Amino acid sequence: MKQCPSVSSSSLISALALVLISSLLLSGCGSSESNVESGNRTGTLHWGNGTEPQSLDPHIATGVPEHHIIMALMEGLVHKDSKTLGPTPGVAESWTVSEDGTVYTFKIRDNARWSNGDVHNAHDFVWSWWRALQPALGNLYAYMYFPIVNAREYYKGEVTDFAEVGVKALDDLTLQITLDNPTPYFLQLLDHYSMYPVHRATVEKFGAADERGTRWTYAGNMVANGPFKLKSWEINRAIVAERNTFYWGNDDVRLNEVVFYPTENATTEERMFRAGQLHYTNDVPIDKVQTYREANDTALKVVPYLGTYYYRINVREPHLQDKRVRRALAMTIDREQLTEHVLKAGQIPAYAMTPPNTRGYYPPISLNFDPEVARQLMAEAGYPDGEGFPSTEILYNTNEGHRKVAVAIQQMWREHLNIEVKLLNQEWKVYLDSESSGDYQISRAGWIGDYVDPNNFLDMFICDGGNNRTGWCNQEYDRLVLDVAPRAKTHEERMAIFTQAEQMLMDDLPVLPIYTYTTKHLVHPSVKNIANNIMDQQSYREIYLEGAED
Amino acid sequence: MFRFALGRLLQAIPVLLVVITMTFMLVHSAPGGPFSADKAVPAEVLEALEAQYNLDQPLWQQYISYLGDVVQGDMGPSFKYPGRSVNELIYSGLGTTAELGFYAMLVAIFIGVIAGVTASMRPNTMQDYVPMTAAMIGICMPSFLLGPLLVLVFGIHLEWLPVSGWNQIPGDKILPAITLGTGYAAYIARLSRGGMLEVLSQDYIRTARAKGLSEFLIIGKHALRGGLIPVVAFLGPAFAGLLGGSFVVETIYQIPGLGRFYVQAAFNRDYTMILGTTVFFATLIILFNLLSDMLAVWLNPKLRQQVRGEG
Amino acid sequence: MNSNSIDATAEKGTSLWEDAWIKLRKNRLALIGLGLLIFLCVVSLLTPWIAPYGYEEQDLLMGATPPSAEHWLGTDIFGRDMLTRIMWGGRVSLMVGFIATAVALAIGVIYGAVAGYVGGRVDAVMMRLVDILYALPFMIFIILLMVVFGRNLLLLFFAIGAVEWLTMARIVRGQVMSLRKQEFVEAAHSLGLSQWIIIRRHIIPNTLGPVIVYTTLTIPSVMLLEAFLSFLGLGIQPPQSSWGLLINYGVETMEEYPWLLIFPGIALSLTLFALNFLGDGLRDALDPRTAKD
Repeated sequence: MKQCPSVSSSSLISALALVLISSLLLSGCGSSESNVESGNRTGTLHWGNGTEPQSLDPHIATGVPEHHIIMALMEGLVHKDSKTLGPTPGVAESWTVSEDGTVYTFKIRDNARWSNGDVHNAHDFVWSWWRALQPALGNLYAYMYFPIVNAREYYKGEVTDFAEVGVKALDDLTLQITLDNPTPYFLQLLDHYSMYPVHRATVEKFGAADERGTRWTYAGNMVANGPFKLKSWEINRAIVAERNTFYWGNDDVRLNEVVFYPTENATTEERMFRAGQLHYTNDVPIDKVQTYREANDTALKVVPYLGTYYYRINVREPHLQDKRVRRALAMTIDREQLTEHVLKAGQIPAYAMTPPNTRGYYPPISLNFDPEVARQLMAEAGYPDGEGFPSTEILYNTNEGHRKVAVAIQQMWREHLNIEVKLLNQEWKVYLDSESSGDYQISRAGWIGDYVDPNNFLDMFICDGGNNRTGWCNQEYDRLVLDVAPRAKTHEERMAIFTQAEQMLMDDLPVLPIYTYTTKHLVHPSVKNIANNIMDQQSYREIYLEGAED
Repeated sequence: MFRFALGRLLQAIPVLLVVITMTFMLVHSAPGGPFSADKAVPAEVLEALEAQYNLDQPLWQQYISYLGDVVQGDMGPSFKYPGRSVNELIYSGLGTTAELGFYAMLVAIFIGVIAGVTASMRPNTMQDYVPMTAAMIGICMPSFLLGPLLVLVFGIHLEWLPVSGWNQIPGDKILPAITLGTGYAAYIARLSRGGMLEVLSQDYIRTARAKGLSEFLIIGKHALRGGLIPVVAFLGPAFAGLLGGSFVVETIYQIPGLGRFYVQAAFNRDYTMILGTTVFFATLIILFNLLSDMLAVWLNPKLRQQVRGEG
Repeated sequence: MNSNSIDATAEKGTSLWEDAWIKLRKNRLALIGLGLLIFLCVVSLLTPWIAPYGYEEQDLLMGATPPSAEHWLGTDIFGRDMLTRIMWGGRVSLMVGFIATAVALAIGVIYGAVAGYVGGRVDAVMMRLVDILYALPFMIFIILLMVVFGRNLLLLFFAIGAVEWLTMARIVRGQVMSLRKQEFVEAAHSLGLSQWIIIRRHIIPNTLGPVIVYTTLTIPSVMLLEAFLSFLGLGIQPPQSSWGLLINYGVETMEEYPWLLIFPGIALSLTLFALNFLGDGLRDALDPRTAKD
């Protein structure tokens, strides 16, 4: 009988078995200290950050996850106080404003340095802002610069010499900025990352100044001026920022490292938090909020956020052109029920576009929940008891939260107005396309403020504003927002003009405000100095971990 | 054998071409583009971006230039992550997904073969029913159901194992490998049971038994080799399935692998990334199928002769 | 020995189908599976009339509640009755399963039969195409298809069917090929029977066996595939729901409201069990090698 080959399958299997068992088991060995425990010991903060950042170039990035990381790595002229959001010295140690409010003169610290030790001065800002305004770079926040004299014109190519733009370095440590109009919120703009300086030598080493997406932001290449510097960037895994010893305020910085984790899935993130893998989560799944509340768990932090959740109405649609219809729709959304029973995370019903107490501004309220009046309005508009009202669709981007709100509102409109609306959810990119091309009837939207001022919310709806997308156009509104308000002499005057404009917006209702956002996070008790401001802006140079050796 | 392999590799080229073309057409007909964003993108900026990525060229031109690049191994820049190339992204995710697939496959083979062989030793008894029912459960329970359950029990309640990551915390490979491998373990269990039953009913096994050889020796030395042929044949499709299943497992456990990149890229309309990952996966599958076919031939003398006849 | 006793001991001849039925009847698990399947189909068909609550009826104030007298399987976060949701979800899931499989069946059988019967070069080319398609990463294509064409139910069927027909084609082709070479076909040929009659009377009935088995086994994998797609956000879209979607939602809140996961999970798993056991039973039953007594 022929002998079977000696390498029999059974020994193969035994070998495999050994390999499997040992590798899996060995991988289970190792320190059983959790991230939180080890982090508290070494001063390393483990931070859940939402989606993986696209870019860490402050002149290209958009998005909240990018924002957080950039805030750790870079700094602007001015730094927002984490409680009041007022301006405090950043790279600039002091500044003066001229009488008429249009000329700002900043004195740069003499000990300001880049993370590689290079001297950091006013010329860096002039060059960086020049770079930010290069059209080829595709900076979506270029409009932040437009209050500056000739900045808009330079960006559009009407002015070709950058020297004519209102930013100059009077000497190494003095930067002077000239504005078109007194812009009371200008100091806030300076803390937006799109106005941060970048290190010229590094940027130019890896490509042209206006070349988009070069490697200067990679770990090992990046040079920046913030309290931390980029140590490593593993895509979809973790971004590690370590202490920048050249930072002017390094002595006061208490954290040694911050590790940013891309946590897209809030449910998984919450589990990571419970398992001690994170100190801080980016979000909390809605259904868990209840659980934490009931358990009186102090880890849950719910804070009002500068943002409004609303529905856009395409006023070009024939049956939505009548503002009585729009008003009826707005008046039959039971925002209280929505926020208390559906959203359940402390959101606040919104009856106007701008969130209340935006720098002391309270929007005029002329909207309330009143199904009776709403039905009358519908009847007047020609749809008594909803009869004959054409089928309408609510568009939203695929997301559990948006679905819940839409389903609830669909039900409310059915109940109070007897009209049928359908729901359509599209994937993010498709939804964006549909909205911007006007291919929708009612569409869910959200707007988070970039700076704390009503202007940020109201200037969305000017006639040809890219963020308008409703087809609504009111020349008087435009005049108020674009011409009259910037020229106001006092804060009160300005706010009064905004009140007028907002009233116009709420009379016509091309948008239906629904609620004011809140942010929710899970924070481990060992983390101190987490900010609870309405911009959810964290100051990493102030945060520290209890139990960490300094 | 060599000519066999070479022949198959050559056949792979038109396959890849078909794959690239189909994907290219699909990707470019998807609504929504890579640059639509929440904040309105000014027209000039959009134009500049599209020019930079050659999106303003006619479609056929883009296709040709893409093909040219791919042949040289350059899969282009990612649209979503400025400054990163597709090659770089694939490389960063590859190791992880490969490891995950490898461990899952090990889990699947190990559990599956043991279960199947044990069952086949005493058919239609408890020793048969128990593993086979467990196998059925494994097949019918989707990984996105099993995964969170495992996480809940082992990660949160018992706190034995980490709930996310890969290679970041000791022990974080165990749950994902088990979640992904279980479904395939079930199939392999059934296949090996079937294969073993066939072999065990053959005459030469009866002879061996008559000769007084121990059961263990019979199975190990004689039966396994033939009985596992269906398993080996299954490895190719199993691998393809594992790649697909990794999308879900990587999402559940936040594993930074290729599967997750792919899903993200599809949602982000990152054209080059989608194309690159697809081509890459297709190549892998072809290679793996080839390997498993070669393994099947080596194990099965009949096929070997066939191949020799061809080659 | 007289002729009577010979008659008494001679067995009555049975066809393959009758044999199969006898064997199947003995397989308890398969019978349970068949029974369960029939039950589910009946319930799904009658759902619009027998569901306890309206599909869209919600009660926001009530929210998610555990099983109770009014709501046998509890309610979801919108206050919708879970039993109703599961019944409607079952309709969709089963529909996807059956229709997508039917698509795969139609394409696969025709393709495989043609290739197997015609043989020769046509067959070689057709099978080469199948090999090529086999190599494609299908999950990827399905994802792409769903992303491109939006989530339209019809397209979902088509996409899934387009993936599953390959194996069917291979099986059918294999069967047809081996049948064609059999002696009884040659005999029929030489008797002068037309191609058509041969196909109808001999080839098709003999191919049916494996086709039926495979079909029964494809349905569960199609249903699983749909569940996967829903998990990724690409399958059935709300307000419609399928078991896959229900399970997905249930997973997210499994600690707070476990019944949202348990019941749809059981529903899906039981159905998959039933189909698999039935398929296995059919395979054993139709295999002439297994003894019927």
